[in-house]
Amino acid sequence: MAGTSKRSTSPHASRSSSPKASPCEMFGYVGIEAVLDQLKIKAMKTGFEFNIMVVGRSGLGKSTMVNTLFKSKVWKSSPVNKLGPLPQTLQLQSVTHTIEEKGVKLKLTVTDTPGFGDQINNDKCWDPILNYINDQYERYLQEEVLITRQHHIPDTRVHICVYFVPPTGHCLRPLDIEFLKRLCRVVNVVPVIARADSLTLEERESFRWQIQEDLKNNGIYVYPQKCFDEDSNDKTLNDKIREKIPFAVVGADREHLVNGKCVLGRKTKWGIIEVENMAHCEFPLLRDLLIRSHMQDLKDITHNVHYENYRVHRLNESHLLTKGAGWVTLSPPTRRNTGGSSRGQRWNRDESENAC
Amino acid sequence: MTSSDVARHTVLQSLGGLKSCPSPQPGKEDKVDDSLRCLSINGRVGFENLPDQLVNRSIQQGFCFNILCVGETGIGKSTLIDTLFNTNFNDLESSHFHPNVRLKAQTYELQESSVRLKLTIVNTVGFGDQINKEESYQPIVDYIDAQFEAYLQEELKIKRSLFNYHDSRIHACLYFISPTGHSLKTLDLLTMKSLDSKVNIIPVIAKADTISKTELQKFKLKLMSELVSNGVQIYQFPTDDESISKINSSMNGQLPFAVVGSMEEVKLGNKMVKARQYPWGIVQVENETHCDFVKLREMLICTNMEDLREQTHTRHYELYRRCKLEEMGFKDVGPENKPVSLQEAYEIKRHEFYGERQRKEEEMKQMFVQRVKEKESILKEAERELQAKFEHLKRLHQEERMKLEEKRRYLEEEINAFAKKKAASELLQNQPLNASGPSVKKDKDRKKFRILVL
Repeated sequence: MAGTSKRSTSPHASRSSSPKASPCEMFGYVGIEAVLDQLKIKAMKTGFEFNIMVVGRSGLGKSTMVNTLFKSKVWKSSPVNKLGPLPQTLQLQSVTHTIEEKGVKLKLTVTDTPGFGDQINNDKCWDPILNYINDQYERYLQEEVLITRQHHIPDTRVHICVYFVPPTGHCLRPLDIEFLKRLCRVVNVVPVIARADSLTLEERESFRWQIQEDLKNNGIYVYPQKCFDEDSNDKTLNDKIREKIPFAVVGADREHLVNGKCVLGRKTKWGIIEVENMAHCEFPLLRDLLIRSHMQDLKDITHNVHYENYRVHRLNESHLLTKGAGWVTLSPPTRRNTGGSSRGQRWNRDESENAC
Repeated sequence: MTSSDVARHTVLQSLGGLKSCPSPQPGKEDKVDDSLRCLSINGRVGFENLPDQLVNRSIQQGFCFNILCVGETGIGKSTLIDTLFNTNFNDLESSHFHPNVRLKAQTYELQESSVRLKLTIVNTVGFGDQINKEESYQPIVDYIDAQFEAYLQEELKIKRSLFNYHDSRIHACLYFISPTGHSLKTLDLLTMKSLDSKVNIIPVIAKADTISKTELQKFKLKLMSELVSNGVQIYQFPTDDESISKINSSMNGQLPFAVVGSMEEVKLGNKMVKARQYPWGIVQVENETHCDFVKLREMLICTNMEDLREQTHTRHYELYRRCKLEEMGFKDVGPENKPVSLQEAYEIKRHEFYGERQRKEEEMKQMFVQRVKEKESILKEAERELQAKFEHLKRLHQEERMKLEEKRRYLEEEINAFAKKKAASELLQNQPLNASGPSVKKDKDRKKFRILVL
């Protein structure tokens, strides 16, 4: 029991030094089980936090998707319309709400990225997004490193990034590939095929297969990552999910009457596309993955893997900090040869890091 | 790079942009605080099983609980732990003749339905046995601090794995008070005072079957008042959650628990119960009117195990961490009241340290060279001296030799002279004896010869 290593990503991670434990048999009921209830009570009291980021070109239905996922008007309408013409630069917008269901309080933060991929020259358009994500890690790190710490450090780190792929039916575009390559190392990424109602079922399958090939050929690991499967149960469960990624989703926040039932859907001249119907689209799979089954897992991987990677990187680079008076350069800088510590330069990481 | 510089991200908290959320029940729109809106949902989203997801993950990871038992030898610590966890930990009796207090930690793995618990029991061996008990509590404090230190070191590492880390910090300290019926011993007071800011102390009255009910009441009151008047902060069961506040507050009033431990079973009626059998009766361990064992088990394990762990982590460990870091000279706020990051402070210290080290190395090098020089000169001196002595001795030797040569020559000359004289006298002897004159002469010669020879 002492040696099961959970999610150690680097071979140099410190080994667990648990002492040798001898198993003992108990003769009767003691009541250790009750600790589970204690955990639940504590969790319900403190509440949960979840941060989701949606990335994609404008007009792919990101805001509608978020509204459908959380069954509420997270965004009143697409925020871009309110601001007039398309913004010249990529700006991130965040909204935070608390929602409650059966006594469980969830603090939900949704970050949207209007203007992504909309310019003529989209070079390095992922930088603001990467900076934002790393900023959240930085904030958490600063809180963690204080002398007098808060009881509960507010968690603003992005737990999942949903990437909307336009339904061209062919393959991933260069912008998609570049973006996914960089992001999958920093945050959990789930690609989805947006506006899937423009593809027939066969087209969906071939598109999905093509995207999976593209992801494999470019070394992009999307959530759920293979290397974090802990045991065979996890593996079988996640394999099923991995077969279906990217999900073909349709978002809708209007209700219509179908067969006497009120369902969420899109009404068109040739029929009503039901969002929650597995035969029509794969929205239920996405919802189950994000909320019903893997939410805690997403938070765990963000905290134990991505945040730790960031922390290692940041602490190793500390010799590039702004130097105060009396600073003596005793050892030559080992890795980066650029002086100064401008934040933007830090994110050009080697491709060989982060093996997963 | 310019496009990213220009396109610096701006995070807009667009809260004011949203109008009131449309809700079927108008009463549901309450603002939680200034920066959060409460949304109402129109259908089932499905995150109400989030606590279950959390519990599942905890089950997978397993739980860890560490208990420290402080008490005199033979007061019943091991028996009580055996009884608490309903198992035989096979802890041997310890002797009374230890020269100092040692702590012995043993880890066990228990499993109950789906919950795996890694239990560590730390015993104080030799507590209260010495004649001079001044140093009794220090090993305990040192042990607790060492566990905090190990956790702090792990947390400060660059490549760390906290989720994999076996937490060895003490979550609860059971302090065993001997059932004298009078008051706390000085040793107890001293030990508890030094431990109360480092660990959750739960005092228990051991071997409670030696006190009668009325004595017990008085004893409990006396103990609590002594603890309060001396400022010892024992662990109070939490009363902020409604589901357990009632039972916790009533238990708080019954501290310290008077417990009896036993793993032996006695037949009572038609059941086998854990009890101690005396000639005058049977003391049942799990009978609430006989002792408070059941209450202790309830409170320690069933109701507050998680809270004990949380208190250890958020209160005691944070206090230790803060003190340790401040001791090392780190502060949150710099000289101009600007927040100083731990990173920069640490880097500055590291550079200082390296500078110091280099300087010291230089110093030592200098000193070494100096010493070598001195030694060399001393050795050269000695060499020269030896050389002079040698010369002197040689000269002396030479002189002696010459003197001896002289003497030898002189001796040889004398021998020659004597030989000549002898030859001459023999010649004279060979001539016929003429007169006694030669014999007189011979006598004279003989005398002369004798004198010469002597």
